[in-house]
Amino acid sequence: MTQQILIAVLVLGVIGAFFAVVLYFVAQKFKVVEDPMIDEVAEVLPGANCGGCGKAGCRAFAEACVAQHSLEGLRCAPGGDAVAAKIAQILGCAVEQGEPQVAVVRCRPANCGENRRSNYDGLKSCAFANTVYTGENGCPFGCLGCGDCVAACQFDAIHMDPETGTPVVDEDKCTACGACAKACPRRVIELRNKGNKGRRVYVRCINKEKGAVAMKTCKNACIGCGKCAKVCPFEAITVADNVAYIDYTKCKACRKCVLECPVHAITDVNFPAPAKKPEAPKPAETPAPAPQAAPAN
Amino acid sequence: MKTFKMGGVHPEENKISNDAAIEVMPVPAQMVVLMNQHLGAPATPVVQKGDKVKVGQLIGEAQAFMCANVHSPVSGTVAKVEPCKDAFGLAKPAVYINVEGDEWMETIDRTPDIKRECTLEPKQIVDKLKEMGIVGLGGATFPAHIKYNVPEGKKAEYLIINAAECEPYLTSDYRVMMEHAEEVCIGVSILRKALGVPNAYIGIESNKPLAIAKMQEMAKQFEGIIVEPLKVKYPQGAEKQLINAVTGRKVPSGKLPIDVGCVVSNLGTAFAVYEAIQKNKPLIENILTVTGKKLPSQHNYIVRIGTTYNDIIKHSIGELPATTGKVISGGTMMGKAVVNLDAPTVKGNSSVLVMDENEARRNPETACIRCGKCMHACPMGLEPYLFSALVRNGRIEEAKEHNILDCIECGCCFFSCPANKPLTDEIRLGKNKVRAMMAAKK
Amino acid sequence: MNLLNISGSPHVHSDESTKKIMWRVNAALVPALLVAIAYFGINALLVSIIAVASCVLFQWLIEKFILKVPSTICDGSAVVTGLLLAFNVPATVDMMWIVVIGALVAIGVAKMAFGGLGKNPFNPAIVGRIFLLISFPVQMTTWPQVGGLFPMDFDVATGATPLGAFKEGALPEGVTFLDAFLGHIGGSLGEVSAIAILLGAAYLCWKKIITWHIPVTFIGTAFIFSGILWLVDPETYMDPVMTILTGGIMLGACFMATDMVTSPMAKSGQLIFGFGCGLLTIIIRNWGAYPEGVSFAILLMNSVTPLINRWCKPQRFAC
Repeated sequence: MTQQILIAVLVLGVIGAFFAVVLYFVAQKFKVVEDPMIDEVAEVLPGANCGGCGKAGCRAFAEACVAQHSLEGLRCAPGGDAVAAKIAQILGCAVEQGEPQVAVVRCRPANCGENRRSNYDGLKSCAFANTVYTGENGCPFGCLGCGDCVAACQFDAIHMDPETGTPVVDEDKCTACGACAKACPRRVIELRNKGNKGRRVYVRCINKEKGAVAMKTCKNACIGCGKCAKVCPFEAITVADNVAYIDYTKCKACRKCVLECPVHAITDVNFPAPAKKPEAPKPAETPAPAPQAAPAN
Repeated sequence: MKTFKMGGVHPEENKISNDAAIEVMPVPAQMVVLMNQHLGAPATPVVQKGDKVKVGQLIGEAQAFMCANVHSPVSGTVAKVEPCKDAFGLAKPAVYINVEGDEWMETIDRTPDIKRECTLEPKQIVDKLKEMGIVGLGGATFPAHIKYNVPEGKKAEYLIINAAECEPYLTSDYRVMMEHAEEVCIGVSILRKALGVPNAYIGIESNKPLAIAKMQEMAKQFEGIIVEPLKVKYPQGAEKQLINAVTGRKVPSGKLPIDVGCVVSNLGTAFAVYEAIQKNKPLIENILTVTGKKLPSQHNYIVRIGTTYNDIIKHSIGELPATTGKVISGGTMMGKAVVNLDAPTVKGNSSVLVMDENEARRNPETACIRCGKCMHACPMGLEPYLFSALVRNGRIEEAKEHNILDCIECGCCFFSCPANKPLTDEIRLGKNKVRAMMAAKK
Repeated sequence: MNLLNISGSPHVHSDESTKKIMWRVNAALVPALLVAIAYFGINALLVSIIAVASCVLFQWLIEKFILKVPSTICDGSAVVTGLLLAFNVPATVDMMWIVVIGALVAIGVAKMAFGGLGKNPFNPAIVGRIFLLISFPVQMTTWPQVGGLFPMDFDVATGATPLGAFKEGALPEGVTFLDAFLGHIGGSLGEVSAIAILLGAAYLCWKKIITWHIPVTFIGTAFIFSGILWLVDPETYMDPVMTILTGGIMLGACFMATDMVTSPMAKSGQLIFGFGCGLLTIIIRNWGAYPEGVSFAILLMNSVTPLINRWCKPQRFAC
């Protein structure tokens, strides 16, 4: 009896010892040395894995931060300055201040809802619809309205306006991670500086067709006449490929261009309403009056 | 009767324009000729505003490798050279021509005589195909001179002519066989000579017994042309399936038909080849079907390439019925829905198919019940339901591993899906994403 | 003129729909229901109606108040579950309330909890039946004896099924193959008549809703395996013809194992699935605690369906 017990104990003991040795060497061989700082940094990140930083996820961002030991070129948009400060504290480096940004939708289709040009009946995906045709509003550059951006948003900050069929960004929720801008197959959505008190001015059209063609496509289209560029005191506006673009780093939100634009393609947001009543009607409220034949180029 | 083995569906045939003889569509007052009417890079315009052009004159030259010449389908003055919106609303480079009279190039033989003898060498035939701007007229519009220029180290053994016309509604190939059997056979002989293959096989679906009889009768007068009746099953006319049906060979994944010694051309291409080689006539005309269940009349036309959809509709049926839901260029299974009826037709257009609103609307999507019908319908032996789930969840890498790129986009999966899931759309999206992923890796 | 519709190809559809499939399955179950009514009388009809009504009601309530999604009761899938559940219980008065609990488990737990039609890993009717069998063993194995045709009496005599009797010792006297084939035997409501079930299965095959693969391999495996056992020892093991005609093998093979959602998709996978079902059924019947093993066998095979789907790919056109 004792002998049997002894044999059992011995056999199990030897097997146990053998595998312990194997395990030890395997563990040594495949040991992963990880900087404990990575965990600390990952801890303070929002954890949404939105990909806005350009990394595969929050963990990858943390690894990148720790690897270069600074925040240069790395920014967690959803976390903003608060998170940047925390990471800087962990890493012991300087904080890079960034201007807060927000996603803006650069399309305001005139041919939407009841006025749409066709009826899209296929897969509800902008990326796919973009390979089929121009989209319901007939513009080869504008919003397709299938909501890829809405699906991409991790922060519930972008929603479809059922009337216009275009997305609307909720400024308070938007973290400027850029997921929507990446999801948009036509690059309609752009990240722009939020501006002082959220006041900003931008061209709500990216149609590159020549003026007359663009007008035929959509009466809200920028015709690339260049009047805005001429009136801008800060040289913030450039006209290329028949479409105006306002550089948000140069724009001081003086709104001269808004008044000048013959087709009301330039939008200002979050400005007090009465200031511009006498001159130009707010484009979002009243349909743009038929412009005089604006010379294209 | 020969057929491909795996999958396939049998949609309602609806060959209602079968008995309408080919008519000639008059030339409209203004013509827009797009510069990319083929697979590949657009041709470069070689005319300017104010130039006088004749019918058949070169107006767009192929400068890139994957490109085809474009010729003027009308005579007149070039009004402008600038982009025009195609049938899907996208701007493409184009030449606008104001039509004046109908003056043809002197080189083009317009006599009704049929010329059988072809004395050109294979190399010369291929060069002439390039000069005449011939492209495959089965839908993909692949430039013919590239297809018939067999690369070094590969050898063509079979020439297969696709006259299956397995798409519902389409009848243009059928009418060509009925009315121009001899010219088609001459065209096939020329292609056979260009490739240097002993036999050419013309595959025709057995729902066209008259055409089979006619072609068999005509083929007796020619050496090495074999008419092969095929079972009525979609996609019998798909390149890989047709090769499988006729020769029993299978084109491996990611390879081309020439890798198994086959070259496949459409019947319409054979006719165009005859006209190009024997009559010096460039590809300036399409034979297309104007059809639809609710249309007052059914037609088959010879149309100058560049005639707009609206011109065709106006001439053939006056105007679209009030209940029109969809206009399709091509057949119902692989054709493309047209949004811009002011757009000009291009090489390879085979129909203007008008669908009624009830017919045209897709039913709402319901939950997948894992019935496997898509899988059993797939002629490539793939799993469409799986691709759908993978693409929806962004698992593109896995989709590639499950061979999503083998899909030929025949549409059998969507056709047979009881849940009305847009499977074919999802797979196309997935293929695009896979290609983008592979390009990004490189 | 209307706006033009735009979509990717194809622009036509076979007109097949989930709804059509489900209602055709329901139609295929009608012969077996009629036979049940003929043998078990009004009880069978009432149990079926209650089962179907409660399944539909639970589905509607869950979709309306819990999931808050549009109702899908019209697609007929809840009716199929209800009918199959009724077919798997004895046609007794007790069952008229017990089956409501079964319906709640089938629809609530086995189907809607996983996300509704198409997402359930197990056949809802089988889950419902097994829940009832474990929870109400007495009521679930109190079988009404088959009397004459169309008995209108609620209190029919009860007795064992051929399988139950065999488990206890021997087959009841005078049960012939013909009785079993026509359904003149004791058993659950819908499983008694092989001929009625085969009729329904033939209809489904004709309509291309099921293929022969699962039913034939299921029944074939059960037949061959039980045949081998019978040849070895005819005293202990039931003869193979009786084996496949009694109990739930026919119903299970034709209607429960062929459920699209929970069975493999590729033909090769379906063969494995059918084989597994047949094998497990005979093993459970002969060496398990229960006289009947069809529902356990199908449930077990349901659980490996995702694996089978992973292994058994369709043959590719070209590699």
